[in-house]
Amino acid sequence: MGDGSLFLGEGELTGSDAATALSVRNVVKTFGSGAGAVTALNDVSVEIQSNEFFTLLGPSGCGKTTLLRLTAGFEQPTDGEIFLFGEEIENLPPHERPVNTVFQHYALFPHMTVAENIGFGLRMLKWSPPETRSRVSETLALVKMEEFAERKPNQLSGGQQQRIALARALAPRPKVLLLDEPLSALDLKLRQAMRHELKTLQRETGITFIFVTHDQEEALTMSDRIAVMSAGLIQQIGSPLDIYERPHNRFVADFIGDTNFLDARIERVTKDVARCSTAGGLSFSTPVVDGHGAGDTVTLAVRPERITLSKGAGKTAFPVEDATYLGTDTSYRIGLGDGAFLNVRDQNSEAGTGRFVSGDTVKLAFSDGAARMLVD
Amino acid sequence: MQLPRSAEQRRLLGLAPALVTIGIFMVVPMFILLVFSFLEADPYGGVEPVFSLDAYVQILYEIDFDDSLIFNPIYLGIIWRSVVLALVATVGCLILGFPVAYFITRQDARTQNLLLYLITLPFWTNQLVRVYSWILILSQDGVIEQPLKAAGVIDDSLGMMYTNGAITIGLVYSYLPLMVLPIYASLEKLDFRLIEAAHDLYANRLKVMTKIIVPLAMSGILAGCILVFVPSLGAFIAPDLLGGGKKLMLGSLIQLQFASSRNWPFGSAIAICLLCLVMAALMIQARSAARRRAMEESR
Repeated sequence: MGDGSLFLGEGELTGSDAATALSVRNVVKTFGSGAGAVTALNDVSVEIQSNEFFTLLGPSGCGKTTLLRLTAGFEQPTDGEIFLFGEEIENLPPHERPVNTVFQHYALFPHMTVAENIGFGLRMLKWSPPETRSRVSETLALVKMEEFAERKPNQLSGGQQQRIALARALAPRPKVLLLDEPLSALDLKLRQAMRHELKTLQRETGITFIFVTHDQEEALTMSDRIAVMSAGLIQQIGSPLDIYERPHNRFVADFIGDTNFLDARIERVTKDVARCSTAGGLSFSTPVVDGHGAGDTVTLAVRPERITLSKGAGKTAFPVEDATYLGTDTSYRIGLGDGAFLNVRDQNSEAGTGRFVSGDTVKLAFSDGAARMLVD
Repeated sequence: MQLPRSAEQRRLLGLAPALVTIGIFMVVPMFILLVFSFLEADPYGGVEPVFSLDAYVQILYEIDFDDSLIFNPIYLGIIWRSVVLALVATVGCLILGFPVAYFITRQDARTQNLLLYLITLPFWTNQLVRVYSWILILSQDGVIEQPLKAAGVIDDSLGMMYTNGAITIGLVYSYLPLMVLPIYASLEKLDFRLIEAAHDLYANRLKVMTKIIVPLAMSGILAGCILVFVPSLGAFIAPDLLGGGKKLMLGSLIQLQFASSRNWPFGSAIAICLLCLVMAALMIQARSAARRRAMEESR
């Protein structure tokens, strides 16, 4: 690794150019062989920009951790290429790749102090002792753990170990930092605090973060962009807003937040906007996807909080089948006839258990763009 | 019955079975050994109840016909050979045993159990038989020399038998499982994610071995070394069979004194010497362990 050219210099830390940090091209990863083979990644391509906080989001077994391990070098792709700042890396062993990993269970070296743990990567890169010392204390300051330098990992709490794992991976200033569900072992309050801190650290260091999680809230709060993965494929890549507001398909809409799925028929299409109506008599406007035309049956996604309820009766009113008090808001189940129903979230802006009770009839209003047509 | 009042007394009561067992099977025999070593030998075996330091003097000196003492290095030589051969055997076991233990930990659970069973398998046969088999391998018309002679590669015997090398092979062979098992136990607890973490932090294979795996397996390595060194020091089967009685070790010397030479006090004195050597080895190990711990804490 001697030349060190793969590593960011001090001066470059805060410079933000729009270079591609990581480029994954047509990567396939199969475990095992023959009939028992499992395809973890099925032709995945993704470009991650320098300075980006990029999240791989998906349920367990979707391939997100495999993609991370391929980038770190713990696994070799069955097919495809991986480029790091233009350099092909898929055949390099982990210790020759200028990327570092924050492991899910920290993986701190139990026989070394906190300072030795953080300095480990630097020593392996043959940094001089004074340089190592100053970078270690600098990094300890970054994660606000200065007073713990001489402790052993087993003398630290989970949250503290997490910070040290982070510091250890950050100390060599990798070109890309990989984070494998680093917050999953922490309790809720700490997790929320760490989200904010991780985001701040990413901005301060200017290092590209690739964050793996199954927690959609984590992904939405921290990421510049999110790749939603399922079944070894990337289902959608976009900003948190894109992913939530404009889900591409049923999986993304279902995985991120709560969603109502409605079957609807396209009445007419004007300038790529379709007018659709459901069997229950609701109608929506939504951008056309997948080249659908008038007369096609499509699936619409409608977020529960984009529906407003008002008291009403008559032909356009629907019955409240169930009301569930959730603290900040109340969840209503509105019957649409034929066994179909809508979930609606209504904020509890006043004291009480919610504005409606089971058996009331209500009128529905949908905010602009509440419904999205999905790719099947 | 009334329970003893103080916590101290209750603790002693709880320890009683262990204390009695250790007393009967360790302290009493040791005490007998110690007493015998300070008595005079009965020429027909056993001891005469007369205090004497002769047994200890005999380790270093020969008593001439005019009662003057002449320095006799034979027994010191045997002690020296015992220590050196035991050390070599320990190092040999470590070099062979560590990779084996590491290999076993990398297998799946079922294979691990099978391999551990195979490692302990030799213990199921008599040690004498196992060491004897090495005679068939190393001797002049054994399985190594016979084919070589037949093929004309060698004319004369290689002379592998009755050498320090033969004894060392016997010791390594006898005690290798005692090295593999504790190292396996400590490596088995090792979190293999630490190895990935070290690789990720730019450590190559050699560095991962020296900086992560070996330090974390150190307790098992030290335990294995003691478990091999101690019995090697007192071994008598391997030196007798493979050293042919020409290359005596402490164990064979002691056995000789109690059996054919009928000099129980001298045998006891040598046994006490051996005990002191073992204690010294254990103390050095404890010291180095304490130093390692202190060093780790001070760093």
